[in-house]
Amino acid sequence: MSDAQASKTIPPPTALLAELTHRCPLSCPYCSNPVALAKKADEMAAPLWARLFEEASALGVLHAHLSGGEPAARADLETIAAAASRAGLYTNLITSGVGLGAGRLEALAAAGLDHLQLSVQAPEAALSEAIGGYAGAFAKKRAVAEAAARLDLPLTLNAVMHRRNFDGLEATIALAQAWGARRLEVATVQLHGWAARNRAALTPSEAQVLRASEIVAAAQERLRGALVIDYVPSDQFARYPKACMGGWGRVGIVVTPAGDALPCHGAQALTQLSFPNVRQTSLAEIWTRSDAFNAYRGEAWMQEPCRSCARRAVDFGGCRCQALAWTGDAAEADPGCSLSPHHARLRAAAREAAAEEPGAWMPRPNA
Amino acid sequence: MSALPDEARPALLSGVRLREDPRRGWVLLAPERVLLLDETAAAVLAEIDGARSFALIVERLSARFAAPREEIARDAGAFLRALADQRMARL
Repeated sequence: MSDAQASKTIPPPTALLAELTHRCPLSCPYCSNPVALAKKADEMAAPLWARLFEEASALGVLHAHLSGGEPAARADLETIAAAASRAGLYTNLITSGVGLGAGRLEALAAAGLDHLQLSVQAPEAALSEAIGGYAGAFAKKRAVAEAAARLDLPLTLNAVMHRRNFDGLEATIALAQAWGARRLEVATVQLHGWAARNRAALTPSEAQVLRASEIVAAAQERLRGALVIDYVPSDQFARYPKACMGGWGRVGIVVTPAGDALPCHGAQALTQLSFPNVRQTSLAEIWTRSDAFNAYRGEAWMQEPCRSCARRAVDFGGCRCQALAWTGDAAEADPGCSLSPHHARLRAAAREAAAEEPGAWMPRPNA
Repeated sequence: MSALPDEARPALLSGVRLREDPRRGWVLLAPERVLLLDETAAAVLAEIDGARSFALIVERLSARFAAPREEIARDAGAFLRALADQRMARL
């Protein structure tokens, strides 16, 4: 198939998640970065990112998410953000807020930043800093939220929720309002990568999960027009799996600090695939023609119960990484789905983990 | 109750951008959201600027699409309220 034909049949991506660095001053035990972290020396320089943003825009990408690690760990973040904005992309910064002091946010706004997404580990300093492993982070986050309000930069708070902080969900919603956020993402921890090493410490109880769904539904109703709440429920106690990444090779591209292009940020767990690198291969070629992006695109790869399932176009079979981890076959149904023959095992393991003594967690190293 | 008060002066919030995309036509870009707009929706958003009143916006759209004012007021009002609920517009 030629590039022209392929780009006619495969809809363009809308989002590019740019992991500018894996370095981070925080050490959250559920970090979504791969367990093998990229080194500083492997990070792509700003001109390579700039070229990538131009390619992304030409391919049809609309949103650029500048992420990490902590993107502010890069001294040239402002240059990179300016390049994303210049390429015509809606530019979002995903940050812990640490390293964004004294004028950096002003410079980023001037560079064309459209939106700020700030993580909070818990709604108060002590627990937040125990989870993130960085003393003083909470005050820095608050200062960034205040600066965003001064700059009229729209703010989203992102809260990863788990066993230790789920009981603070109401307070987290109140914090989002107090800090002037327009949106709040309540994301139940995904037990992959670093989080999988901390299952007992992080797995919420079924009661916590059920309570969270009630709290979120009530708050969405109560705060309509004031705060938008996007909710990622637990997939350990759900009936159907989530539409991971909006479907493989369907919506987004993740690019690692070293330039590897992935269909999702955890995809390197699928060791049978080899992932193309944006230094050698154009983004258009990667999106339309690479084996990695085509591996689980569409429906041809599906097995039962997905293949004949009415929901296959809703959740796309769920998460490939979770399928591989629990069944040994990445093309199985996500065991988070109640129709999967492996579902009972996943659910029993979640109940077991939630009943264990949580113990200490293993922090993610800073670099 | 879907039309807005005549004196409302709706506007997009900061960080919400109307853009013409070569592949998708008119799109509204907002944090974590892309809305694909049909011709009518794009026309409504091209009218709102925080200064023009809803009454004037309805009048202009009614002339442009040769459609009854009540119909335009109902549809544009419902659309703008939905955007306000999503924190993309203020009314």
